[in-house]
Amino acid sequence: MASSIPASVPAEAALPAAATEARGRRRRVPWLVVGGIGFVGLLIVVALAAPLIAPQDPTRQALRGRLGAPTLNGVDGRAHLLGTDHLGRDVLSRVIYGSQVSLLVGFSAVVVGGVLGSAAGILAGFNRGRMDAIIMTVADAQLAFPFILLAIGIIAVLGPSFPTLVVVIGLSGWVSYARILRSQVLVVRSREFVESIHALGGSLARIVLRHVLPNVLSSIVVIATLELARAIVLEATLSFLGLGVQPPTPSWGGMVHEGREYLDTAWWISTFPGLVLMITSIVVSRTGDWLRDVLDPTLRGE
Amino acid sequence: MRGFLPFLGHRLFRAVIALWLVSTVVFVVMRLSGDPVPLLLPPDAPRSEIFRVRAELGLDRPLLVQYGVFLANLARGDFGRSIHFREPAFSVVRGYLAATLELGLTAFVLAALVAVPIGLFSAMRRNTLVDHAAMGVALVGQSAPTFFLGILFILLLSLKADLFPTSGRGDWRHLVLPALTLGAFTMASIARLTRSAVLEVLGADYIRTARAKGVSELWVVAKHTLKNAAIPIVTITGLQFGTLLGGAVVTETVFSWPGIGRLAIQSIYNRDYPVVQCTVFLAALLFIVINFFIDLVYGLLDPRIRAG
Repeated sequence: MASSIPASVPAEAALPAAATEARGRRRRVPWLVVGGIGFVGLLIVVALAAPLIAPQDPTRQALRGRLGAPTLNGVDGRAHLLGTDHLGRDVLSRVIYGSQVSLLVGFSAVVVGGVLGSAAGILAGFNRGRMDAIIMTVADAQLAFPFILLAIGIIAVLGPSFPTLVVVIGLSGWVSYARILRSQVLVVRSREFVESIHALGGSLARIVLRHVLPNVLSSIVVIATLELARAIVLEATLSFLGLGVQPPTPSWGGMVHEGREYLDTAWWISTFPGLVLMITSIVVSRTGDWLRDVLDPTLRGE
Repeated sequence: MRGFLPFLGHRLFRAVIALWLVSTVVFVVMRLSGDPVPLLLPPDAPRSEIFRVRAELGLDRPLLVQYGVFLANLARGDFGRSIHFREPAFSVVRGYLAATLELGLTAFVLAALVAVPIGLFSAMRRNTLVDHAAMGVALVGQSAPTFFLGILFILLLSLKADLFPTSGRGDWRHLVLPALTLGAFTMASIARLTRSAVLEVLGADYIRTARAKGVSELWVVAKHTLKNAAIPIVTITGLQFGTLLGGAVVTETVFSWPGIGRLAIQSIYNRDYPVVQCTVFLAALLFIVINFFIDLVYGLLDPRIRAG
């Protein structure tokens, strides 16, 4: 330990640019994050206000206006800013409504994963021994496997539905929460004041609420943000494979799938929902990365 | 080599547990799916016939016995018969395995070959325009959804530029787009990781010593930097290989690549559960075996790991 302290000083002195960069980063919020938070805010507003914003009914078919290119004046006399799909539905309206599915599934899955993972972590932390071993072994096993394969198998058998989707996507992300809560419980448990609270008859819930959760709140926020990006992409991927939200409900992944066969003649059907999904994913995960660097650099190694 | 055997044993134990858990989940899910017998028989089959097939498949026995038989069969490599192909599920899946391995290995090698030099270059030219551009692309590559990346490649490089075929398996040109799609995430992760690992090493004392001794910059990078930056790179690279397997499902579907990922999706549509089960199990096995060997390499590269 002693040798590492002098070693780091000249290294930093040798790289003044790095030091300024680090300081600057702490003070200023990067534009990508400002834009990111703004973008997610906008997305939420769009999802909530979809019926007001969307120019048309997202499921209304117009067979005469099929595969129409983006235009201000379509066959039906209306503007289709992002074109129409193979059934003549307005792509812009469908992208707008698609945000509802993405956000609803995304946020619900994050909540499910967060609650299950936290509960498992607290349980493992307080009941050292067999329970702990079982929970952590399952966590390891899950990390040791490409979860999407299992998700596909489960959804294939149970059939795609909103609850199945939320639970499966949520389950895919519980491990990070469990780990962080377990380690915090282990830290808190060994403190004397916690033993006294316990001795005085203070409940487990009180210890968790007052002494465990506040310490891990920032880590949970970071994990939840990164999980949100992952959940949204996973939902879109499953919908793309035909295992997610079923038509005619518009979802971004499903729209990319529908447009795939018309890629040569009507590129806009797949491209626009895909781009919105890609931007959402990049922006949310970048925001998560930034939050991690600012709030909780120790998570970096994960 | 003290401590290496226990390290190995521990990892092996974890691998076996993981495999057992995966197969148990597969079993539970299969049983939740209900009775497969009506799928095997014509709709107007008499009840006696249904009972006969059910007994033949052992479905009339207690669940625990079925579970035991299931595990014993797995250990022997018996995954049951494919409903769709009418042959053992294992031989069906084996026929598709080569295509997946070809795609996966190409993607992996391509990713490593492109990403390590880029990461190295970025680190040496840190904070220049080139560095920012490379890392910007890497960030996009890391968070872009695989399936949409594939669609974009098809649209731009295949349909518009007409450089590569849109789908199928054939000569090397068929391999380029799927391998790029599948490898994008890995490529981006390795590039970013290489950059930070190299930056970390470049600040170390022994690099300054080497420079002070008058060692050429090329040699500093080749001998001292890369060698020491290799440990984190190998670890993440190994973990990435598993992610590749999951990504294969999506990539193969997008490019109609005849591998086990696409087979799994098609078998789901065909309700061909023995094949789905066999694919999931083999993929898990492959993943666990690969991770096991990565752990070995890791343990050999960095003796400190064995202690932990």
